[in-house]
Amino acid sequence: MTTDPAAAPAVWTPTLNYAALAVFLFFFLLVTVMGFVAARWRKPETLAHIDEWGLGGRNFGTWITWFLVGGDFYTAYTVIAVPALVYAVGAYGFFALPYTIVVYPFVFLVMPLLWKKAKEMNYVTSADIVHGKYNSRALELVVAITGVVATMPYIALQLIGMEAVIKALGLSGISVGPIHNFPLTIAFLILAFYTYSSGLRAPALIAFVKDIMIYIVVIVAVIVVPLKLGGYGAVFDKAGADFAAAGKGGLLLGGNQMAAYATLALGSALAAFMYPHTLTGIFASNSANTIRKNAVLLPAYTLLLGLIAMLGYMGHAAGIKVATNNDIVPALFDTLFSGWFAGFAYAAIGIGALVPAAVMSIGAANLFTRNFWKAYVNPEVTPAGEAAVAKVTSLVVKVGALLVIVYLPTKFALDLQLLGGIWILQTLPALVFGLYTNWFRAPGLLAGWAVGFVGGSWMAWGPEGLKPLQALPFGGPAGTTVYIGLVALALNVAVAVAVNLVTARRPVAAA
Amino acid sequence: MDRRKSRAALWLLIIPYVGLLYPAFYNHLEPRLWGFPFFYWYQLAFVPITALLTYIAYRSVRDDD
Repeated sequence: MTTDPAAAPAVWTPTLNYAALAVFLFFFLLVTVMGFVAARWRKPETLAHIDEWGLGGRNFGTWITWFLVGGDFYTAYTVIAVPALVYAVGAYGFFALPYTIVVYPFVFLVMPLLWKKAKEMNYVTSADIVHGKYNSRALELVVAITGVVATMPYIALQLIGMEAVIKALGLSGISVGPIHNFPLTIAFLILAFYTYSSGLRAPALIAFVKDIMIYIVVIVAVIVVPLKLGGYGAVFDKAGADFAAAGKGGLLLGGNQMAAYATLALGSALAAFMYPHTLTGIFASNSANTIRKNAVLLPAYTLLLGLIAMLGYMGHAAGIKVATNNDIVPALFDTLFSGWFAGFAYAAIGIGALVPAAVMSIGAANLFTRNFWKAYVNPEVTPAGEAAVAKVTSLVVKVGALLVIVYLPTKFALDLQLLGGIWILQTLPALVFGLYTNWFRAPGLLAGWAVGFVGGSWMAWGPEGLKPLQALPFGGPAGTTVYIGLVALALNVAVAVAVNLVTARRPVAAA
Repeated sequence: MDRRKSRAALWLLIIPYVGLLYPAFYNHLEPRLWGFPFFYWYQLAFVPITALLTYIAYRSVRDDD
């Protein structure tokens, strides 16, 4: 730290730029129109059916699925937070790269089987599949609740991504009456209304625009920025020098970070397609082969993500200082590009928040409708009735996430998201094991889930707030630091096996 | 015969896990490629490699259903 303020580089502050604002508003308006028009895209006989509203008619081919899952899995928050972490700590922040590589062999092997079950039995959610397999309302309910609770903070995170670009446009801090963040609220309400009316067709159609914009932004950035900063060698050297000077982070992993890096990558990869929003993308596709083809094609987005992560180092090379790390991407575009292209980049990120937020709210609404409303409130509900319930639920879910972001500290959503990742991973045994074996039964899986859920939360609870990592007492004096989600999953499976062994096997019902 | 061949292709999908989940193996600066330290280009190279392996696996199972 320097004591002379004149010697320190100025901290980036956003200013109102009319060119950027005009470009941003143009694209926001474009996708709003598309969101409402989407109700008529690939028009079904009726939208008043949960398969149509909540799964787009289960009819999406390879390309639509590619854009939808890509747009839904690589979120706006990713574009903001991954470079922010890389900017702050260096190599460790790149765990998102192996994570989003090893996820696809898993998707290739498992997701076509899940899709087939859903298609055959007209299932809409993960909890439907669990109920169909084990005939246990309790197991169905905990899978559904875990899905909804893990998704809520994920939606809130998209709002944080959106907030970062609204701030970059120079529009933050606008209050109207009791509404603190007026532009954010308006953007999100518009999203809520077209998701209500068009269902999954809205984000599927908007994903085309969003993904093409993000590809353009990133390809331009990874070519132009190093040219301005003296090439990739210079970018890495400057970042490395900054880390050395700060005594924190680095271009390589520290010795105690390696197990954490690998377990975070693997644990996140196993959790990624347990979330309702990613599964919604899977169930909406038209065949098992569409999913397999996507496992081959989706890594294109991973390449993009690896390059997006590089933006964190480019921030160092450009000498940018930010008040909060989440500003690094907007600050980089604001500093190095003209107003209109910065506006284009902000629009790409902002729209990038809308697509996943819409699919997440639809996924959560499907769970509520199928596994709570139909299971407990009205078992005789028609498919049209299900669509009506799901539409209202999607509104409630989005407004809830908005209230959390506007009125509660950001840290609350981040903490809950961290726990959500650990929690959703605990639904994997119930959802996936049954695809391969009939050995497991509901009591064991339920006990395993409970131990994983409670144990994972307990380990994450630290004296200085929540933490994703836990030191285990082996492999050296300091132990080995690993991702808690994976430890909890191991406990979960061990308990499921143990309980399954000791409980008496009832007469085997047809699987 | 064909069935056994398709199983064999699925084993290729282990390669990305082996290659990426033991970071001590690639946690080095040298050799560099186009300015990228080894740590970075090695992991980025696994993106097309994994896509290719998955494509080979896809060709072996696509007619199964």
